[in-house]
Amino acid sequence: MAIQVEDLRVVRGGNEVLHGVSLEVANGSVTGLLGPSGCGKSTLMRSIVGVQIVAGGTVTVLGLPAGSAALRRRIGYVTQAPSVYGDLTVLENLRYFARVVDVGRDRVAEVLESVALSRFASRLTSSLSGGERARVSLASALLGSPELLVLDEPTVGLDPVLRTELWGLFHELAGDGATLLVSSHVMDEAGECDQLLLMRDGALLRHSTPDELRRSTGQDDLSKAFLAVIEASEHDR
Amino acid sequence: MSARVTFATARRVLEQIRHDPRTIALLLVVPALLLVLLRYVFDGRESVFQTIGAPLCGLFPFIVMFLVTSITMLRERTTGTLERLMTLPLAKLDLLGGYAIAFGLLAAAQAVVVCVVGFVFLGLDAPHGAWLVAVLAILNALLGMALGLFVSAFAETEFQAVQFMPALIFPQLLLCGLFVARDDMASVLYAISWVLPLTYAYDALARATSIEPLGARIAIDVLVVIGCTLAALALGAVTLRRRTA
Repeated sequence: MAIQVEDLRVVRGGNEVLHGVSLEVANGSVTGLLGPSGCGKSTLMRSIVGVQIVAGGTVTVLGLPAGSAALRRRIGYVTQAPSVYGDLTVLENLRYFARVVDVGRDRVAEVLESVALSRFASRLTSSLSGGERARVSLASALLGSPELLVLDEPTVGLDPVLRTELWGLFHELAGDGATLLVSSHVMDEAGECDQLLLMRDGALLRHSTPDELRRSTGQDDLSKAFLAVIEASEHDR
Repeated sequence: MSARVTFATARRVLEQIRHDPRTIALLLVVPALLLVLLRYVFDGRESVFQTIGAPLCGLFPFIVMFLVTSITMLRERTTGTLERLMTLPLAKLDLLGGYAIAFGLLAAAQAVVVCVVGFVFLGLDAPHGAWLVAVLAILNALLGMALGLFVSAFAETEFQAVQFMPALIFPQLLLCGLFVARDDMASVLYAISWVLPLTYAYDALARATSIEPLGARIAIDVLVVIGCTLAALALGAVTLRRRTA
């Protein structure tokens, strides 16, 4: 298992935002973390990459406790807001992160190509559109060819063609053996994932494949299927 | 800690500043212009200009680097780049070292310009050599940088960060002895001045720009300044958290 989370509880600003979440993510898969904004997706992702102070539970990543120093070379993390230097060019940004993770210039060129940013290389990052900046942020995380990629809403604001291309890239990376955890609040991306984690109000509602979800709810449309899961969970309460 | 990552960070900070030529121009020109202003404020009173202007050459970089660093670090925190760096194989010392190298170089450039203007064009005296003032200026700049890094942790916005300058730097400037000899201050203030790092920074500069022999006291001053810089850097490292709420 690439990720094992057991009974994870997180308290932020005096409120418990994750109420004992447990889940597993298999190696070499693309797992979608789906749920409305504010449901705790980002907090869960922060806990997995080891930057979140947790109140209880265990998070094991690639066999090590989350946040271990040895994991820093093996995980790529992309935050929701693009975390790159606006006052550097795209190339300068990538070269800096490349030096930090100790990869060469050829790798920078390769990554730029894979996120379709080559022609923006010498542009100042702050002059790019939101979607382009998000791809610079994604590219920075790809540099070190991490075994686990944790991507917080990487496709927000992208045009449909580019979005499809990126999902293609994610599957390519998974095909090469990487594990990807990708969050989204748009259910129409759920169909792109091998596995789905449905979250709501700080709890995990369901872990299944898109097909299982369709079958078990009798809904072809994944948005409606998610709604059915929510209704079922409210009914159980 | 790795030299590769430290130098990469220094280079990155300098590249960021290079994209902002106006800031570079302000950094280099403003201290020199202020010195010119001071020269004519004290027109005809060369001795006053000498006692205030000469040490001031070595204090400008302290003030400027405090401001620049606290804003740069605050941006690093608020734009999420710090959080990204904390998930990467980068030691906190790499980040602090990179900042120190970058801002040290910038301070050196600033010190050279202000010292050339002061000691060459405006006729200030540096009996022990203008180079000594420039070296002290760089040390002071690093002290300002270290303090700026540390206090940036306590600011949530750039407005707050800017306010730390009058809050933390002005009192030190007033008490360090630059404007009024410390012996002439109220005894409480005199006592307080002993624990403020800028007091030692100023004392070293005053000795470096006076005709008296340097003596051992300047070495103590320099050691205190270096010690305070390292202490502030250590405190700054503590504020760089890998895990946050």
